[in-house]
Amino acid sequence: MTLLVTVFAAAITTAIWYKKQPDSSMKLGILSWMFWGASLMWLIDAIFEYAEIGAEYFTPALKDMANDLFLGLSVVALALIIWIVILLIWDPKDVIKAKLLKKKEK
Amino acid sequence: MACFLVPMTEAIVATIAQKVIKKKEKKAGVHAVTSADGFEYEKTPFSKKLGWLNKLLWGGSALLAFEHVWHGEVVPYFPFLTAAGDPADAAEMLHEMGTAGVCMAAIVTVVWIGMLLVAKSLEKRALKALPTVR
Repeated sequence: MTLLVTVFAAAITTAIWYKKQPDSSMKLGILSWMFWGASLMWLIDAIFEYAEIGAEYFTPALKDMANDLFLGLSVVALALIIWIVILLIWDPKDVIKAKLLKKKEK
Repeated sequence: MACFLVPMTEAIVATIAQKVIKKKEKKAGVHAVTSADGFEYEKTPFSKKLGWLNKLLWGGSALLAFEHVWHGEVVPYFPFLTAAGDPADAAEMLHEMGTAGVCMAAIVTVVWIGMLLVAKSLEKRALKALPTVR
């Protein structure tokens, strides 16, 4: 479930990133890379688990599924926080800079 | 248990390599192609392409590290990895790093190499489509 949530997040952010091109001021690429990297790593995790427990992997208990979904959503939330922090520090549209340094005409 | 440490280590090495290559590329200068319509086209430098790998590795291992915190395998106090406290668990952890961890780093690298090949062919196609390259 965590893998599934991350893959959906990766696909959605990539589609939005593509639609917004060539405007990359929202730095959506960072979010996209993060989700794809995690998806690939969790894919390996899933393959190892499948090799260990077999077809049972596809019929998880409801409690495990709910916990994995909770984890997946938490991962998405963490990635969004990382992205927002990077975006605000990078400040590609100079929004923060403009807030901190107010321009005044003489 | 600590499989994310393997791609994270690769990320550290790749980040250092990217910095070194970027410096070298700056010294060497930009190789641009001028088309007949007067526009200049620059190929994506390798350091930027290495940046793709870095973002995949750093992003993936950061989110995976969070999963390990979630499962109580990484703790904010010494020895930070719960499995490191017990020799039997430590052996299992090292085995997991050697199998799942290495596979994670490998799959990300293989996907990145695939992206390099696709990018190269797209660049070639785009250059061919330019109005008579000078």
